[in-house]
Amino acid sequence: MPLARRIIPCLDVDAGRVVKGVEFAGLRDMGDPAELAARYNREGADELVVLDISASNQGRATFLDTIRRVAEQLNIPLTAGGGIRTMEEGRAVLLAGADKVTVNTAAVQRPELISELSQQFGAQAVVLSLDVKRANGSWEAYVRGGRQATGRDAAEWAAEAVERGAGEILLTSIDRDGTRSGFDCEATAKIARTVPVPVIASGGASTFEDFRAVFTDGCADAALAASIFHLETHSIAALKKFLAERGVPVRQSR
Amino acid sequence: MKIAIVDYGAGNLPSVERALRGLGAETERASEAAQVSEAAAIVLPGVGHFGAFVAGLRERNLTEALKAARQAGVPILGICLGLQAMFASSEEAPSDSGLAFFPEKVTALPTNVKSPHIGWNQVRRVRESRLLCGVPDDGYFYFAHSFAALGAARATVAACDHGVSFAAVIEEANLFGVQFHPEKSGETGALVLRNFLESL
Repeated sequence: MPLARRIIPCLDVDAGRVVKGVEFAGLRDMGDPAELAARYNREGADELVVLDISASNQGRATFLDTIRRVAEQLNIPLTAGGGIRTMEEGRAVLLAGADKVTVNTAAVQRPELISELSQQFGAQAVVLSLDVKRANGSWEAYVRGGRQATGRDAAEWAAEAVERGAGEILLTSIDRDGTRSGFDCEATAKIARTVPVPVIASGGASTFEDFRAVFTDGCADAALAASIFHLETHSIAALKKFLAERGVPVRQSR
Repeated sequence: MKIAIVDYGAGNLPSVERALRGLGAETERASEAAQVSEAAAIVLPGVGHFGAFVAGLRERNLTEALKAARQAGVPILGICLGLQAMFASSEEAPSDSGLAFFPEKVTALPTNVKSPHIGWNQVRRVRESRLLCGVPDDGYFYFAHSFAALGAARATVAACDHGVSFAAVIEEANLFGVQFHPEKSGETGALVLRNFLESL
């Protein structure tokens, strides 16, 4: 009875709408978060991630409202985050209906944020969002939406975050994100072998084979993707059937 | 019949509420002993830390009310940390006492597997189970925990394996518990909650 490998659609949300960045040309509207959430819940997603990509002060209330609307549609777990800086902001996200909260930039600046959230809500509720870029045979952690290098080795930072109480790592490869060239299996395997908590791979998903590779070669516990699901390029059911036929344990809806 | 959902000051109550109401149940949040005492059935959801959980119950005088409800034969369903709180104690907070409906101690999952145990897993029936009635053997449930009661616990009716065999479902007389989150486990989880409602 192995744990099923999870398939996780991600909703990038700005001002209450699901958006997708289009090569510096701005944001393309992908729909209503609650409607998409209901669809993924129905289609057999194992979890849903909602990220506030505006991460602005004025956008916070709108984002909490989005979490509430999304949570109402789900009978699967919900992870939410984006720009969470304080314990209180984390609490607000969880009280709005998320089961887990992601932290990124603020946790690099003040790692105690992870300890505080974990002590209050448990490690299972705290996800370190880790954006990495390849550098000299290793990977460096980036913050501010992947725009700012931290000078910290990604594996070393992941280990510290877990030590402080992060219960999961959401690992995004900046090199692969948006390229549709497949997940960075090497980076995923590196982090998955370093930390004793589950790792969610993100960035670069395009084909069914990409998912198989990140589970078997990348040792990922879960794989996240956005646009390929939003655009209905792939159905979750078809993806899971593909994986099951290749020996990857997945939860298939009946 | 009204179901009291114990509100100990933390935890994600709306999702449990929504799941039960979706099955036609009438629910009420119970943060006072009187509400627990009057309830026809009780759901004890919980996330976070064992110590904070039992302290939250104690501060609201809910501990004694829950023990009295147990004696009176009121059905009680513990979810995740709510299941763990039904045991005598937990390694997570060694100096705190649980409700002690069951004598065993909750222990940390072993270090040779990923912990927290987060994700969808299957359970193995070891005895006939009322909660799992109609649930297919290969059905998946969503787990998110770092501690568990061992599968050898007296009340275990279904176990799950993650480095060790632990209690996934417990049942004894009017007491029920699930280590997974039925409210987050899709249709399979809804079936478990329905079975609890139908046992009332």
